[in-house]
Amino acid sequence: MSIGTYILVSVIKIVIALFVLLTAVAYSVWLERKVVGHIQNRWGPTRVGPFGLLQPMADGVKFLFKEDLTPPHVYKPLYIAAPMIAVIFALTSIAVIPIGNVVTIAGLEIPLQITDVNIGLLIVLGITSLGVYGVALAGWSSNSKYSLLGGLRASAQMVSYEIALGLSLIGVLIMSGSFSLRAIVESQGGHFWGFIPRWNIFTGQIVGFFIYLIAAYAETNRIPFDLPEAETELVAGYHTEYSAMKFAMFFMAEYANMITVACLATLLFFGGWHGPIFGPAILQALLPVFWFVAKVFVFLFIYIWVRGTLPRFRYDQLMAFGWKFLLPLAIANLVVTALVVAIRA
Amino acid sequence: MLHLVLFSVFGLICVAGAVNLLAQRHPINSALSLVVVMGALSAEYLLLGAEFVAAVQVIVYAGAIMVLFVFVIMLLNAGVEERTGGSRVALLFGVPGMLIGSLLVAWVLLHRSGTEAVSIGALPGPPRIIGWLLFHDFLLPFEVTSILVLIAIMGAVVLAAKPPSAAPPKREG
Repeated sequence: MSIGTYILVSVIKIVIALFVLLTAVAYSVWLERKVVGHIQNRWGPTRVGPFGLLQPMADGVKFLFKEDLTPPHVYKPLYIAAPMIAVIFALTSIAVIPIGNVVTIAGLEIPLQITDVNIGLLIVLGITSLGVYGVALAGWSSNSKYSLLGGLRASAQMVSYEIALGLSLIGVLIMSGSFSLRAIVESQGGHFWGFIPRWNIFTGQIVGFFIYLIAAYAETNRIPFDLPEAETELVAGYHTEYSAMKFAMFFMAEYANMITVACLATLLFFGGWHGPIFGPAILQALLPVFWFVAKVFVFLFIYIWVRGTLPRFRYDQLMAFGWKFLLPLAIANLVVTALVVAIRA
Repeated sequence: MLHLVLFSVFGLICVAGAVNLLAQRHPINSALSLVVVMGALSAEYLLLGAEFVAAVQVIVYAGAIMVLFVFVIMLLNAGVEERTGGSRVALLFGVPGMLIGSLLVAWVLLHRSGTEAVSIGALPGPPRIIGWLLFHDFLLPFEVTSILVLIAIMGAVVLAAKPPSAAPPKREG
């Protein structure tokens, strides 16, 4: 493939991926409102369009027309840059996430991934750790006590749970032997005894999966770990002083992070795009994508379900849980996995 | 050619970030410039082919250590640096001196034999090789480093612990 074709294909993939991701972010907000509404025995959005499906459009228009107030006491450069940083890093991690097999279009072999890097998993971890800056700088630059406390709490929480997150992923790494996300998914192909798929959750990483899930909920500041942005606690935490489009950017960043976490959970523990494949060639190319999207949807639903069901942790309980329980458990998981793999080899 | 362009771009970003770090008056701007320097260094490692080191540079340096720097600056509420007038002499002698010094170093390095430019990806460092080195050739330094980190953690805990409280005041009868 010549360099020009490669660049063209990559640009097309980037445009499609960004468009799909931003639409998914908008509609995951809709999904959350509907599901939490039904959990709380009410309807959720129903007025704007059938089933309230045009609600995200209405919200977008609302955010565009809202007054974009910049309070006079903020530290302007960082106040404006913080939501940008949050959104940029939330949207960048889609670059290494594979959604399907290699398809052949017009004679070109195109992997369904913007770029397959050898160290894809490390890149996702790196982008997650850089995302802490958006929160910390937003909290500090707003020059308000609620924001500062919320920002500090949120970033301390994110940094603490990053450790357990990373350690839980090492178990997967040891089992598949590569950092590349495509290679990790491909090592989960095939079946045991003909019908149990060889996904990482069935080959011993169940503890790792639960550690990953809990650490990811804390990373993305979602209930039960959302004390830094809970209204009854700190007004609105680090985004108290933000209005209109800047607030919408924080919102988008949070939901994009949720989607990234759901994608990673599918790829690393649930076999990615593996699923029953049948039918003609066009169906064979599209079915893996369908299975991937279905699994990501299940994870988003679980995220929202947990949000509607559990109460939130107090901050000291949260930090104690991360350092005193999750971290030793993740290390124990790592040791056991390494032992099993070493003995088997 | 491509290698020279990419190297120069990231090198310039790195140096610009470093100069900005010194030139900024507010410490938070300096800390963020340092993050830019770390990012540019990571790109330079990637150009050499050391992908694992590049990723770890971002994760550890830019994503954890610099976050802690930013925390400290936020918590200490360090204000804007005040301008003192004593830096004119430093400016007069320092800037030319630094330029001459760096030109000297560059001249010496370029005229040694055995140093030539490497192409992109010339020094590959896949994680597998690094893991092998860490656990075979460099096992002792690796283990000793973990003990050093443990000592540092203990020191931090001791420094941050509350001093033992004085005896409670006696109540008057």
